[in-house]
Amino acid sequence: MATNVGEVTGPRHGRAPAGPSKQPSRRSVRVGRLDLRLSPYLFVAPFFVLFAVFGAYPLIYTAILSTRKNTLTGGDAGFVGLENYRKILWDEHFWIVIFNTFGLFFVATVPQLIFALLIASWLNKKMRARTAIRMGVLIPNITSVAAVGIVFGLIFADRYGLANWLLQSVHLDPVEWRNHRWSSWTAIAFMVDWRWTGYNALIYLAAMQAIPKELYESASLDGASAARRFWRITVPLIQPTILFTVIISTIGGMQLFTEPLLFNYGRIQGGSLNEFQTVAMYIYETTFTNNYNVGRGAAISWLLFIIILIFALINFALVRRSVKGQTS
Amino acid sequence: MSTTMTRPRNLPVEPPKKNRGRVRSASAALWDASPLTYLALIITIVLSIFPIVWSFIVASRENSAVTDIPPPLTPGPNFFDNASRVLANTDANFVYGLINSAVVSSCVTLSVVFFSTLAGFAFAKLKFRGKNALLLIIILTMMIPTQVNIIPLYLLMVKFDWTNTLQAVIVPFLVKGFGVFMIRQYAESAISDELIEAARVDGASTWRTYWSVVLPALRPAAAVLGLLTFMETWNDFLWPYVVLNGDTPTVQVSLNILATGYYKTDYVQVFTGTALAIVPLLLVFIAFGRQIIGGIMEGSVKA
Repeated sequence: MATNVGEVTGPRHGRAPAGPSKQPSRRSVRVGRLDLRLSPYLFVAPFFVLFAVFGAYPLIYTAILSTRKNTLTGGDAGFVGLENYRKILWDEHFWIVIFNTFGLFFVATVPQLIFALLIASWLNKKMRARTAIRMGVLIPNITSVAAVGIVFGLIFADRYGLANWLLQSVHLDPVEWRNHRWSSWTAIAFMVDWRWTGYNALIYLAAMQAIPKELYESASLDGASAARRFWRITVPLIQPTILFTVIISTIGGMQLFTEPLLFNYGRIQGGSLNEFQTVAMYIYETTFTNNYNVGRGAAISWLLFIIILIFALINFALVRRSVKGQTS
Repeated sequence: MSTTMTRPRNLPVEPPKKNRGRVRSASAALWDASPLTYLALIITIVLSIFPIVWSFIVASRENSAVTDIPPPLTPGPNFFDNASRVLANTDANFVYGLINSAVVSSCVTLSVVFFSTLAGFAFAKLKFRGKNALLLIIILTMMIPTQVNIIPLYLLMVKFDWTNTLQAVIVPFLVKGFGVFMIRQYAESAISDELIEAARVDGASTWRTYWSVVLPALRPAAAVLGLLTFMETWNDFLWPYVVLNGDTPTVQVSLNILATGYYKTDYVQVFTGTALAIVPLLLVFIAFGRQIIGGIMEGSVKA
């Protein structure tokens, strides 16, 4: 099958344009042909060479490392099969960080995307100072994660933090933010959402601008309220974009590392009982502290990769279904 | 011509005009931002800007302000004192961190833009066998998270003896699948086949065509890609945190050293460092905000 296709399309693509050649010197024609045939490969080669060394090789090497007993201090001590995976999957610690990662992802992403939709619908109006307003909404996204972690670390400080001061000023009890799962997750979700809501709002805005205005105008003549127009016209029509942002958020959310790390002033354990330690933090802790267990760290990395792949595939399936649903 | 001829003959001119007026005012009500919209957006922007402004406020005060209730919300007089303390801090190596970050971000940006325009042009406009398969691979590379590769990449750096050097945070990031894909999408529509054909007929080699015809035409997309890459590299934390230490820090590594070492004893210094680390990107953002916003919005529609 495959070779057949190649034979059919090959000549048509490659040689037809070069066929009726003009008559410069024979040598320059040959150089020209070589140029036509080789240049595309030379142009894309740097990407693939560099990716092979710093992308593909590490990925494969992670898989190999995950089947070996290997520490940074002791070096390689041979093949152990799936022993690393067994140890991880039988260790409660792994399930705690999985729970945290998914929980944090959920707690952060749902309000983030809802607020982004709202902000986008506000931005999708005729207004003054359009660019300045959009810049104001996007500004958190250009702030570094490390800076965000530090600033929100103080906002959510236990004794003199801004958040607790606000709570007390409405006569609520102050919260020890790092001592409970719910409170640490809330604070970390704030950091993530502060940084990413505006970005997603701009992406939604771009999608909303592609919706024909007449749809809204005729709906409003028919008496549909603003809320109804939003849920019946806007949301269904930008559904592919919503799924796109869900994919991006998933990949980001599964890799959450810096916010929870700096929230607790650089402690990799993420709370005394690992209340907010994520998978990425666990990989770092396993590999670069404690026993420097490279083999096991690699196995956790590979498990994380598989989780992300599964998520991405589910998302792709959903996207395809929604796109199909729209065209039919 | 024909419309002006027929118009006088059309007697019922008035009713449609009125009708159009009503539709226009209805659509104005739909699309003009109401005061409530402005209010909501202003609140959003205040919340967006507040943490940044607040980091500057804290950075301009003294450590004794930490116990203030309510927390300080207006700037104090100490910013330059604090800044000189940060810059003199030998643990954090802040000046060096700023310079390193500028060098690293510039190198990565130039390289990503160059290789992305080169490959993106090839994928959009040149014919070669295996093109679609290779493009699919590039899209798939966008799915691989950095975390997964960190351990072998670190071992590789140890083998090259590159830990604590700038190569370690530059060389692995010289190409980016996203960049190739983005430029390809742009080139597909921005560069006409006739343009390439014309350059060919004039005897330009493929490289020559790229350099003097394609690259200038790709400038808007290349600028956006460059800005996004620069900001992303400047802000990158995890990998520099793994492979660099205080001797050769990027600014984020310096920041982390400040945050972990001085938070309890000298938090004002930590915040001054934070404010200083934000400033360069803030300037970039103020200068190129329009392009960055356009890039994010356009990129999402095409992807």
